[in-house]
Amino acid sequence: MTSSNQIPNIARRRFLTSASIGASGLALTGCDAFDRLSNRDDEVRAVLEKANSLTYRVQRMLIGGNRLAQEFSESDIRQQHRANGTSDPVDEDYKAHVAAKFADYRLEISGLVNAPKSFSLSDIKSMPSRTQITRHDCVEGWSSIAKWTGTPLATILDQVGVKDSARFVVFECFDTVDQTLSGPIKYYESIDLIDARHAQTILAYGMNGLDLPVENGAPLRVRVERQLGYKMAKYISKITLVDDLAPFGSGHGSYWSDNGYEWYAGI
Amino acid sequence: MSANITVEGPKTGKLIYRQNRWTRVTHWIWAVSLFFLLLSGLQIFNARPWLSIGKETGFQYNNSFVKIGSTTQGDVRSGYTELFGTRFDTTGYLGLHGSGDEAVSQAFPPALTIPSNRDLGTGRVVHFFFAWILVLTLTTWLIASVSKGRVRGELLPDRTDLKSLPQDIKDHARLRFHHTGKYSVLQKLAYCGVLFVLFPAIIITGLAMSPGFNAFMPFLNDLLGGRQTARTIHFIAMALLVGFFVIHMLMILAAGPINEMRSIITGWYRTDPTSKNAEEH
Repeated sequence: MTSSNQIPNIARRRFLTSASIGASGLALTGCDAFDRLSNRDDEVRAVLEKANSLTYRVQRMLIGGNRLAQEFSESDIRQQHRANGTSDPVDEDYKAHVAAKFADYRLEISGLVNAPKSFSLSDIKSMPSRTQITRHDCVEGWSSIAKWTGTPLATILDQVGVKDSARFVVFECFDTVDQTLSGPIKYYESIDLIDARHAQTILAYGMNGLDLPVENGAPLRVRVERQLGYKMAKYISKITLVDDLAPFGSGHGSYWSDNGYEWYAGI
Repeated sequence: MSANITVEGPKTGKLIYRQNRWTRVTHWIWAVSLFFLLLSGLQIFNARPWLSIGKETGFQYNNSFVKIGSTTQGDVRSGYTELFGTRFDTTGYLGLHGSGDEAVSQAFPPALTIPSNRDLGTGRVVHFFFAWILVLTLTTWLIASVSKGRVRGELLPDRTDLKSLPQDIKDHARLRFHHTGKYSVLQKLAYCGVLFVLFPAIIITGLAMSPGFNAFMPFLNDLLGGRQTARTIHFIAMALLVGFFVIHMLMILAAGPINEMRSIITGWYRTDPTSKNAEEH
């Protein structure tokens, strides 16, 4: 393109025509053209997923380990907190704990720690607590504000002594969320140590001034206030410190990550 | 085949280099990004097809003015859209798609979502990838254009432009378009509205929905009236961008699609024979 008087040639005209046909074809055939992206092994998907690592790094830069999630006032609590996902586990061991009012419940903490320990619910309730009114944002798009009371996870981590090699905290849960050919799948989640030691990351046993109800995750659910709801595992049975998430589930670090959701859910 | 095919029939005004390479590249990056953002966004919306006002979603009280869903009465399934509490049957358009046993219950139809089946996780992967592309190209474009004075020179309407507004509205209503080296005032207002109002609004409300970003800038959510209001504004900005796209396409068809397409693909644009404003760039 050098002269301002140059007249478009036939090749360019053909290009314009095919470009517009291509564009309208795209609109007419709908979007099953992109269904390959649902496949976790798809190469294009792998490229798109890199954006989430960027989100993770940028958010870590912006909010680090100290920035607190927004907290609200009592007047913002306008409803019973919505129960989502499993709301009444059918697992026998869990039902026995509910029947015994969690008297025999023990939270076991092991893995890359100096002194593995187990805690009863009353051990945990006797530690210093934190209460916070926060907004729970579900990946589906809804939000719900509630008051949570619990023991900071950092307090418990300090009691067992986290080894330097540990990178993640894995929460294993009582509730079976899926049945597969290789057996039942129980819910699990994991967070990094930055979120694990965050001031608002608590093992909640109370909600809106009462004991945490079964539908919201009794006896313990973790609050990870700077991420979406699916990170906040309910019905926690066991906590493990690890340097690698591969041994759990299909290796993506959480039940939902094994099902195509991002491990980091700060967005 | 000769090279002497005239595209615009009787119009044989000067051919000018109207759109530089960066304008064309950013235009197409935005077009592709918005295509994927829209369709993956509708996938995400389908996971909770309500629009609410406030900090949270009311489940035991109602703060939603739009609710899309489907119901079954006897053997008949139907899709509905509730607007301010009044329910409309929108079977086939919103809420329920297809017929018989194969009917799909979801707000927007499979043809308008990426992926076509319900897959929120994949929808989010696609959405956030193109959100990053949009934000990064818009920021780069904004810095480059403002520093070169192109925003003020070519996009922001000046006093003369505003005086010509009534005439420009009349011209557009009669589908009389002036092909010059400059944008008309309606074009300037439309492009400024997209670049400086809708793009920032949709990006800011998108960020306001992120719990991580919310910890960084809690006041942003308060300013916007809460996370659910931000989500609603995000949706409205999307609808306005779709509206812009429809008008943009109609204007291109009315003003001479080949000339307009050529200018945004190759940069070259044929002006009216009498055009005084045909300037070379």
